[in-house]
Amino acid sequence: MEKKRRRFIQRTIILFVLAMAIIYTVYTNLMKDERKIAQVGETAPDFMLEDMDGNMIRLSDYRGKGVFLNFWGTFCKPCEEEMPYIDRQYQIYKDQGVEVIAVNVGETDLAIETFAKRLSLSIPIVVDRKGEVQEAYGIFPLPATFLIDSNGKIIHYFDREMDEQTVKDFMERIKP
Amino acid sequence: MKEIKCECGHVNPNGTVLCESCGKVLDEKQQQPILDMRYEGTARRSQTYKRTIIDKIWNFFSSVKVGVALIIITLIVSALGTIFPQEKHLSLTVPAEIYYKERYGWFGKVYYALGFHDLYGSLWYELLIASIGVSLVICSLDRAIPLYRALKKQKPKKHVSFLKRQRLFAETDLHDADEKDTFNLLKERLVNKRYRIMEDGENLLAEKGRFSRWGPYVNHIGLIIVLIGVMLRSVPGFYVDEWMMIKEGETKTIPGTDKQYYLTNHQFLIETYDENDNEAYKEALENQGAIVKNYQSNVTLYKASESLPGEEPKLTKLKDYEIRVNEPLTFDGFSIYQMTYKNELKSMTFGLMEKDTNEIFGQVTIDLDGPKRIYDLGNGYQVEILSYFPDFEFSNGEPSTKSGDPNNPAFAFKMITPDKRDGELSFTSIQQTIEPFGENKYKMVFQGADTVYYSGLTVRKNETLWILALGGTIFLIGVIQGSFWYHRRIWVKVVDNRFYIAGHTNKNWFGFQKEIDEIVDGTGLPFLIDQSKKSREKVNEG
Repeated sequence: MEKKRRRFIQRTIILFVLAMAIIYTVYTNLMKDERKIAQVGETAPDFMLEDMDGNMIRLSDYRGKGVFLNFWGTFCKPCEEEMPYIDRQYQIYKDQGVEVIAVNVGETDLAIETFAKRLSLSIPIVVDRKGEVQEAYGIFPLPATFLIDSNGKIIHYFDREMDEQTVKDFMERIKP
Repeated sequence: MKEIKCECGHVNPNGTVLCESCGKVLDEKQQQPILDMRYEGTARRSQTYKRTIIDKIWNFFSSVKVGVALIIITLIVSALGTIFPQEKHLSLTVPAEIYYKERYGWFGKVYYALGFHDLYGSLWYELLIASIGVSLVICSLDRAIPLYRALKKQKPKKHVSFLKRQRLFAETDLHDADEKDTFNLLKERLVNKRYRIMEDGENLLAEKGRFSRWGPYVNHIGLIIVLIGVMLRSVPGFYVDEWMMIKEGETKTIPGTDKQYYLTNHQFLIETYDENDNEAYKEALENQGAIVKNYQSNVTLYKASESLPGEEPKLTKLKDYEIRVNEPLTFDGFSIYQMTYKNELKSMTFGLMEKDTNEIFGQVTIDLDGPKRIYDLGNGYQVEILSYFPDFEFSNGEPSTKSGDPNNPAFAFKMITPDKRDGELSFTSIQQTIEPFGENKYKMVFQGADTVYYSGLTVRKNETLWILALGGTIFLIGVIQGSFWYHRRIWVKVVDNRFYIAGHTNKNWFGFQKEIDEIVDGTGLPFLIDQSKKSREKVNEG
């Protein structure tokens, strides 16, 4: 009986190891096309980008505040639609500890300035010229919005166009 | 669990076919004239333990039939996957589902529904391969270990019935006096043929090439190592296959290196053959036009200090290199290959012209990656860019841009001249000029464009190659081990002046029989008879 017990344990261990190896491989292969980085629940990857006035903005400097992180391009229609909503809600929530960082995906200053002027935007705009921040957040497609709470954790990821109510609800969620 | 006690006194585990000690047949169903010597008649994959789910799974994968079935299924399915092109090799503009249906009809629809369009990445294909791996491991474990034990503890003393039912066998009566001599002569000859001898009284076992029996299992270990190597590809750090487009003059992080390495592309070159290279090329060049000799990117590799995404790191130059096709830049396990290139607009030059006189009052050269807002031409002439659309298109009647890349640049210019102080508006794209507020006095004429090359580079790292090579080598060692050596055994037994001799080999019976003939020749013993032929003849006669 002792022998039988040992055999059972041996077999269980071997099958378990094989199963783990297979599950791991299959899982990672199937997840290859999915966004694996900057997922909800993780700490938002820190970054440093220059804004339109040449000031460096670092995400981790905003600890203690909720950060509404939006990726956009002037060529992206839904971005153009939602920008004014974000701008309007920012005016309301900025005194309540909510910050907006609008990351342009690396266009020319002229294009960004023209766009910002046309929509009379006042939100802080930074430019990701080399695409490194987009890579760190696994951005595709645009627009993409991350809600980051006051502890620097990503609490929501949204990759569609937002209406004004959605923007408002989002800012409410990250208000410290 | 009942155990089987042989008449020699040895207690065998349940499921044993031949007594582990003396070789007597235990399984009553095994009544063929010649013994099945596979796995030495051991109680393999103890089919008797079927109680728990673990045992059931184990026994399923332990079956060679199941293993062979899995391999055949995988072969068939892999072949089916080549009937239509895989999705990833098509650049589809419509959803794959519709493409397969429209192009290949109902069969295409089924093909798509079953996941054949992305066969080699599909879950069930991966599980099939994984099952083969599991089957390989369990089959090997379940056979190699009992076989090893059985061969390790074999005893020279075997039951007469065991010898009688070997394929090669002979028996004869000998006198007491001859008996010793014959026995010793036989032993000497066996030693000369490099047999290892084990003796127990008047029982003898001569054995050689046991090592050949491990061939298939060594072979399986090789395969398992290859599978592990393939599996490690999905573990971070082992395998990188990335891609970068880098413009001349640009410095960029190398993807897949976690911002640790940067690359500057100084220049991209295309060289073509000309007649000076070789007289013989002349004809070909006349027929073909330009033939490319070399694609090359002149780069500098840097090690970067730790930095956040978006932050400029401190760069330390490592080396300059000229990347050519098949001459990758290599560092720290990475290889960077020249793959492709593209040529894009870098800047455009326009002249500010008075339409009536064709007189030009100055030029503006616009850097398409960083256009300025105002270009002052002096003497009161000035051009302002109101909007810039790098990839211009009209959508819903409004000018817009498809992307941020300067594929089709268009500009809204405001031309300020001494006689038109408020400025005239002109919308200028490559194809057309629109004057939204009526006929202008001045226009922006296109005078030229500069282009810039992008080098398309792939970044590869494969730390699994040596594992695959190791697995492959072990696989071949196993094949050699199992193919070029034979496991040959000869049993000799003397009981009451009756002399028995039997032989068994795992392959090449012809060679074995020749060897035994040489050993037996002149000892006074009869040549061994191949009983399989005898029994076949019997069957034929009967």
